[in-house]
Amino acid sequence: MTLRHGPLEIGCPVPRVDAAAKVTGEEKYAIDHTPENMLWAGVRRAGVPHGRLRTVHVEEARVLPGVLCVLTASDVPGTNRQGIVHKDQPVLAVDRVRHCGDPVALVLAEDRETLAKALALVAPDIEPLPSVHSPEEALRPDAPAIHDSGNVLLRAVIEKGDAGGAFGECDAVVEETFEVPFQEHAFLETQNGIAHREADGKLVMTVSTQAPFRDRFEIAHALGLDPFSIRIISPYLGGGFGGKDGATVQCLLALAAMHAGGRPVRMTWEREESFIAGYKRHAVKMHYRVGAKRDGTLHALECDLYYDTGAYAHLGAEVMELGMEHAGGPYRIPNVRVKGWCVYTNNPIAGAMRGFGVCQTAFAVESVMDMLAAKLNLDPLEFRRKNALRRGDENCAGVTMVHSTGIGACLETLGRHPLWLERRAWKRAAPPFKRRGVGLAAVFNAMGYGRGLPDSAIARLELTSDGRIRIYCGVSDMGQGNSAAFVQIAGEILCQDASRLELILPDTDRTHPSGSSSAGRTTYTFGNALVQACNTLKEKLFHRTALVLMLDEEKGLALLPGRVRHLPSGREASFELLARMLPEADRASVGQFIMPVAHDVPDTGKEFAIGFPHVFFAYAAHLARVEVDELTGRIEVTGYLAVTDGGKVINPQGFEQQVHGSVAQGLGYALTEQLLLDRGTILNAGFADYILPTALDVPEIISVAAETFEHTGPFGMKGIGEVGTNGPLPAVANAVNDALGRRLTRSPLTASRVLRAMEEGPAQPVT
Amino acid sequence: MKLRFVLNGESVEIEVRPDRRVVDLLREDCGLTGTKECCGSGECGGCTILVDGDCRLSCLMLAAQLHGREVVTIEGLSRDGRLHAVQEAFMEHGAVQCGFCTPGMVLAAVSLLARQPHPSREQIREGLSGNICRCTGYVKIVDAVEAAARKLANGERR
Repeated sequence: MTLRHGPLEIGCPVPRVDAAAKVTGEEKYAIDHTPENMLWAGVRRAGVPHGRLRTVHVEEARVLPGVLCVLTASDVPGTNRQGIVHKDQPVLAVDRVRHCGDPVALVLAEDRETLAKALALVAPDIEPLPSVHSPEEALRPDAPAIHDSGNVLLRAVIEKGDAGGAFGECDAVVEETFEVPFQEHAFLETQNGIAHREADGKLVMTVSTQAPFRDRFEIAHALGLDPFSIRIISPYLGGGFGGKDGATVQCLLALAAMHAGGRPVRMTWEREESFIAGYKRHAVKMHYRVGAKRDGTLHALECDLYYDTGAYAHLGAEVMELGMEHAGGPYRIPNVRVKGWCVYTNNPIAGAMRGFGVCQTAFAVESVMDMLAAKLNLDPLEFRRKNALRRGDENCAGVTMVHSTGIGACLETLGRHPLWLERRAWKRAAPPFKRRGVGLAAVFNAMGYGRGLPDSAIARLELTSDGRIRIYCGVSDMGQGNSAAFVQIAGEILCQDASRLELILPDTDRTHPSGSSSAGRTTYTFGNALVQACNTLKEKLFHRTALVLMLDEEKGLALLPGRVRHLPSGREASFELLARMLPEADRASVGQFIMPVAHDVPDTGKEFAIGFPHVFFAYAAHLARVEVDELTGRIEVTGYLAVTDGGKVINPQGFEQQVHGSVAQGLGYALTEQLLLDRGTILNAGFADYILPTALDVPEIISVAAETFEHTGPFGMKGIGEVGTNGPLPAVANAVNDALGRRLTRSPLTASRVLRAMEEGPAQPVT
Repeated sequence: MKLRFVLNGESVEIEVRPDRRVVDLLREDCGLTGTKECCGSGECGGCTILVDGDCRLSCLMLAAQLHGREVVTIEGLSRDGRLHAVQEAFMEHGAVQCGFCTPGMVLAAVSLLARQPHPSREQIREGLSGNICRCTGYVKIVDAVEAAARKLANGERR
């Protein structure tokens, strides 16, 4: 094996520390824990999109041999309400069901078979109510109200300049309406966890979760418990992508454990249930109008956005906030008005998903940018470069870009790539019955929680008694590789190789609160805290070594693998020796960090309780090559380039992993993925007909880093987990337009939509 | 029934209901949790195992079907503490992210390389098209399988 040995270094493509246990199958995910004497818990779901829950008949299920108990809303001890910001979602439905996945009863059984039988015997008595399934329906004056507060979760405006008046000053204006469907996260490890209650009442839970520390408060609030009587352990996740941020099984599982008499209880959502009850990427309808001067200077942008948040809020308002903040693209536009409606419907619940509201608006804004460039007879790349944000500019939300702003560099790098330079020759060489096109997208994605919620992390390090360095990591790793980056950071600063470094994964009893694994913040925020903890430990080890070696001062000391050396004399103190000498309490260090926020908060977006605005962004310029089959309408993406500004790259391998993966998810979103709904019922709740990209559907994605230096980031980095998801849909749509002269405005860009577009007259917008 | 089969090189005899799903038998009765269940309906390849050397989906098999067979799970792929060339290549080439598809993907690759020792990238993609990965975009998985094929061709272990 040719893995690198020696101290870890920043900037080197180090294989991930978690890879070994994952390739051998040794890694234990939450779903892999099946202790002796374990019970199974599951819920009966409503099955209807909207109704009055008269009662739930549980008698037959309750008497089934092997059933421990059947619980309904009246058995929930606390508020029976969950939700990250807006607590509007019951743990068990009380008197109303608002979407097909609403849970009406919780069953505990000895085994899985009995559980399934019992769940089938639970009979909810639901009087159907009229339901609404799009923001349009939900906003009608006579629409049935889904919540007491009505159907509007949030209506908000972000504006600057005078968008209304500015269109009169434009030489070219384009206008279009776009629509995108719900997308499923489709992480391979479904929502699950295992829990037991200890004799002293402490609830211990191992859950596949992105936010273990927040989960305690979520559960405590819903079930009337002391949050500090709950311990959440968060092993590596089998994928998350936002869908495990917030309560999935947590409250139900905790409730089950409270009735299990100390026995361990497992709850695992099967794939179909994961579809029905899990959170989705919001379906959005977007109306855009954008105008520019004759020379290609963007001048005005106006849009109305309708986010379908489904039955409950989850992070709907915050998702829309981010979409709105990015609605104008990574451009300088003096006059902007973005209006948003986040609307309840009786559809499945929408919430956080990689790209967090931005994926949707990126499709619309990058499509209209191409339309506008065409109208002005400008090259789409030049047009974007001319308007791209630079440091010192004000973005479309009115925030001054004082941090690294690499969209210009991304576009320039893309413009020098053969996939762009050779596009004309490549298009001309299209085989018979195929048409070729090349499309671009310039995208960005904010990092961090934004204002109103401190984006903080606390890192702790320990010199163990056997002379190793242990990193207590308080933020989950859902697969993105932040843990590996943490080991690399510690290895770099402390000059240690991987074998000297240990990682403790999030555990609310052992690690410090460090926020959720989300928002492109994970490596940046925890990494900054870790840098501080490493420097503190280093200082401490130098000081203690000076004592051991009887040195006059700490000058001339250096960390080497497993020891500290006094360079002038060559004398050394091993970590083992230092560990033996120091009392346990002295063998540790702590570092903490809070992400900086925008200081010029614009006088707009007042409706947002948290999140508005952001000040750090990752940027990317994407290029898609497509070949469209004239006979079948099938789009094949034959080449893909993603140029990304994520600040400095800590690990090129990890960087590429994030770019490849986000682009693949974005291509799925562009081409095949959509939740098919019939009045709130999912018609494709499984991988047989919800079509995820396979190895045959994803091209050889080329990732190029256009490095900037983010001076606030650990080693100059920024988070790039999300930005890559935002490019593929607009890049492919623009490429299809380049190939066919037809603009698709509804995604996914299926063969039937392409064929329909080809049948219609030229330059007709297609919906 | 009394089920007899060879599991990761060792003969085993287990009392089990003949209709127990193989994925449950392996994960819950044998404690071999490296085999993952992701869809439960044969769509994703996450639960891939090798039965008499061929790729099989353990979520679609019943215990009785293993009788007299030779089964290899991800736990049985390394020998004498040494990883299989495919496992090493997955680590080295960054083919692992969340890792949940990894055991199935590795076994599918092992089976592919047994049938087709010198596959092109396109053939690798085709050979792995029954295994879904939601994290990697597949590029590095293809890189890893290509590298493993080279290593195996050079006679570096299985």
